[in-house]
Amino acid sequence: MIAINTREKALSKVTTLEEALKYINDGTVLMYGGFGGIGNPPTLIEGILQKGVKDLVLIGNDTAFPDVGIGRLITAGRVRKIITSHVGSNPVTGQLMHSGKLEVEFSPQGTLAERIRAGGMGLGGILTDVGIGTVAENGKQKIKINGKEYLVETALTAEVAIVHADKADPFGNLTYIRSGRNFSPLVAMAADITIAEADEIVSLGSLDPECIVTPGVYVNMVIPSQGVNWKWPWEEIKGSS
Amino acid sequence: MAVGRDKRQLIAGRAAQELKNGMIVNLGIGIPTLVADYVPDGVHVVFQAENGILGYGKSPRAGEEDPFLCNAGGLPVTLTDEASYFDSTIAFGMIRRGLLDLTILGALQVSQKGDLANWIVPGKRVPGMGGAIDLAQKAKKVVAVTRHVARDGSPKILPECTYPLTTRQAVNLIITDMAVIEVTDAGLVLKEVAKEHTVDDVVRATAAPLIIPDQVEEF
Repeated sequence: MIAINTREKALSKVTTLEEALKYINDGTVLMYGGFGGIGNPPTLIEGILQKGVKDLVLIGNDTAFPDVGIGRLITAGRVRKIITSHVGSNPVTGQLMHSGKLEVEFSPQGTLAERIRAGGMGLGGILTDVGIGTVAENGKQKIKINGKEYLVETALTAEVAIVHADKADPFGNLTYIRSGRNFSPLVAMAADITIAEADEIVSLGSLDPECIVTPGVYVNMVIPSQGVNWKWPWEEIKGSS
Repeated sequence: MAVGRDKRQLIAGRAAQELKNGMIVNLGIGIPTLVADYVPDGVHVVFQAENGILGYGKSPRAGEEDPFLCNAGGLPVTLTDEASYFDSTIAFGMIRRGLLDLTILGALQVSQKGDLANWIVPGKRVPGMGGAIDLAQKAKKVVAVTRHVARDGSPKILPECTYPLTTRQAVNLIITDMAVIEVTDAGLVLKEVAKEHTVDDVVRATAAPLIIPDQVEEF
């Protein structure tokens, strides 16, 4: 019993929000998990807002909704640039982009996911034919392999990644929440510092190794989540259609 | 004035007729999302959502929504018995490998060759391509669903798209509130006309040339 506790203590990455926020500062290149807000870490985003961080460079699938998840950082004007695949659900992103206040770089969604995975896997990039014949190929190197043409899509990495986990153990082994998984395990692998906020922090040894999605080696800090602090768009429109 | 059929529901209902037993199907955002609620009785398909679900069904009843179980449009869904979750690389890996039998996507413009434009209105609206390029390029069959004409009355089915493309020569079938049109090597073939309209109405509202067969069904 004592041996287990000692091991848990020696390997623990559990810390506070305040400690985690020391790594997120003006200009930080920040990856985030989430799709339509689901998987965006609410407690870390609230902390970034409160801390007053600005000029962030974001990398993630989408910009959620104006008052939901990562969209709150866009709405508050804290973001200088974003690499993403879709911003249609957040009109503020489009407004800031058109007024020149926000730089937006688009990748096809599957390509964006693979670029982030490549970064996490220690690769230089990937080859794909997705987007050939469209503006998605502009400015990209092309390679012919066995007579077929591919785009060279470069790997993406970040200084910090933030994810919303369902369960975490002190070593940083993570599971995710249903459709909240999406980009989370990918960004968790692709940053220098990965911070997970978890709905539940369980004791070392209590997660089934067969079910762990992100191995703890990729995670640097685990903090407790205070839960979602926004209203989902479908809650707002319910009954109105 | 008589109350007509709701255009979005009409299009979604007709698109659902394209679902066949055993198909793996991805539905885009907007009108396509509604298709999941119109699966014909006795037809069993597996819906894929690119945010990491294979096997979702109808919308939940009010009050039974799970905030962490949504489709790619951010709307709550229910699971079917074969369901699995996965990350976004696997979601798009199965798309790129050609494992999707059908995708139903919204459209801003469709050309007579089946080119699809659905991610940017230059200078006005830039939602981004999301998964549309991956899906349109890689699904075995692509159905484009859209209102037949834009809000200002301008045609959306054109000889050539004027907006930046999502992909070239990918669309197999166009379903609108006025017509069902098949994209063939010979050109666009008018297959069906909505009962509120005539063949002439459809021809007038379509900028691309239409091939009119002897038999045009009503829907």
